[in-house]
Amino acid sequence: MEEKIVVIGTSAGGLSALQILLPGLPSEFPCPLVLVQHRGKEAGSGLCDFLQRSSRLPVEEPEDKEPIAPGRVYLAPRDYHLLIEERHFALSTAAPVSYARPSIDVLFESAADAYGKQVIGVILTGKNRDGARGLATIKQHGGLTVIEEPATAQSREMPEAALAATDVDRVLPLAGIASFLTSLFEAAAR
Amino acid sequence: MKALEAEVNQLEDIEVQLLLEGVFRHYGFDFRNYAPASIKRRIRECMRDERAETVSGFQERVLHDPACLERLLYKLSVNVTSMFRDPSFFQSFRTRVVPLLRTYPFLRIWHAGCSTGEEVYSMAILLQEEDLYQRCRIYATDMSKEVLRKAREGIFPLASMQEYTANYQQAGGKRFFSDYYTAQYDSVIFSPALRANLVFSEHNLVTDGSFNEFHVILCRNVMIYFNKTLQERVHNLIYESLHMFGVFGLGNKETLRFTPRESFYEELDQRDRLYRKVR
Repeated sequence: MEEKIVVIGTSAGGLSALQILLPGLPSEFPCPLVLVQHRGKEAGSGLCDFLQRSSRLPVEEPEDKEPIAPGRVYLAPRDYHLLIEERHFALSTAAPVSYARPSIDVLFESAADAYGKQVIGVILTGKNRDGARGLATIKQHGGLTVIEEPATAQSREMPEAALAATDVDRVLPLAGIASFLTSLFEAAAR
Repeated sequence: MKALEAEVNQLEDIEVQLLLEGVFRHYGFDFRNYAPASIKRRIRECMRDERAETVSGFQERVLHDPACLERLLYKLSVNVTSMFRDPSFFQSFRTRVVPLLRTYPFLRIWHAGCSTGEEVYSMAILLQEEDLYQRCRIYATDMSKEVLRKAREGIFPLASMQEYTANYQQAGGKRFFSDYYTAQYDSVIFSPALRANLVFSEHNLVTDGSFNEFHVILCRNVMIYFNKTLQERVHNLIYESLHMFGVFGLGNKETLRFTPRESFYEELDQRDRLYRKVR
């Protein structure tokens, strides 16, 4: 795969973190961004609409086998794992992984399988260890790994677990993550 | 180092293909058109349980030990579901589908890919409350003997009942959910009356054909594990197995859009993915 893909995982504190990260992305952001926010399985949380208010990019929950398009934010639907295959999404109702469905590890590991070194993995605030293994897999496949600085994260456990699991490429304050992601593509365009 | 990692990854893809080819040619179970991301994940999980180092090593065991194959099949066919999963689906079924079903003297319903049966019992409860159950036969099928054995028993963990009760109420349930089961230790068993018109049997959507004509077919969150080629096959099979004006229900992130059968159905409910065969 030549195209890049950004995958982001977050849990407790994620909603406020995303309200800071998403507005920082320009409307011409040239890459798909796929998001797992741990959430309850009850219907009607309106999470998609909530995030859309902070984002210039369209936010949607993908359907099974939906093609992955650049410049969009894809939110893992409640009570499904979201997996990435070549150029499209796949869903699964397999057992929760570390009590989570959607699981960050499942998304990240499938992204590493399908997109290899083109994956940019980001772990934000959260109170558990989901995503640590997935971020390590991204790193093993030559992708770029980023975490929110644990000291300033609302809950530091998740970025810390990721830091312990792999040699993370960038540790950034929340406010710097959107501009860092944007700069990756500006550098590529020049 | 990075090139090496990519090679290892490619090698694993080859090994997975060989394993699936072997399972098909030796045992007749065809997973070759399953969606790759999920099946790789499940094979890896199974390998961890079996303490196999490589897919090739695992393949040797699967091909020479039928018990190992059964464990793999079980792993590949369990989809963790719940009773009245997506309560709004069952709510819509009550309001949009039940009135259509009242017009038939006898009803055949097919739950394709029923796994451990949670949704089958949910449907039996719903139909009983709508006074339709006595004229129904529900055919619940899966490819795995092991999940069918569990489904037939109708025994579920007591710990799940709180969630299922909430789902049942949101789905428009008319009684106390606890009327339908008896608790014992940490399990519950559903009432034999609910099982009276259920028929559980082996059927493989990948390799088996149509076996009857149905008024309703439910195949929810089953085809998400298939690639597009296989999805097309199953859509054709379902279409052929439905009566004219029969009803077809999918999972709430599945769609008929982009499938060759799209124009043969009309939408009964957009959000809850209920369709009716119209041509």
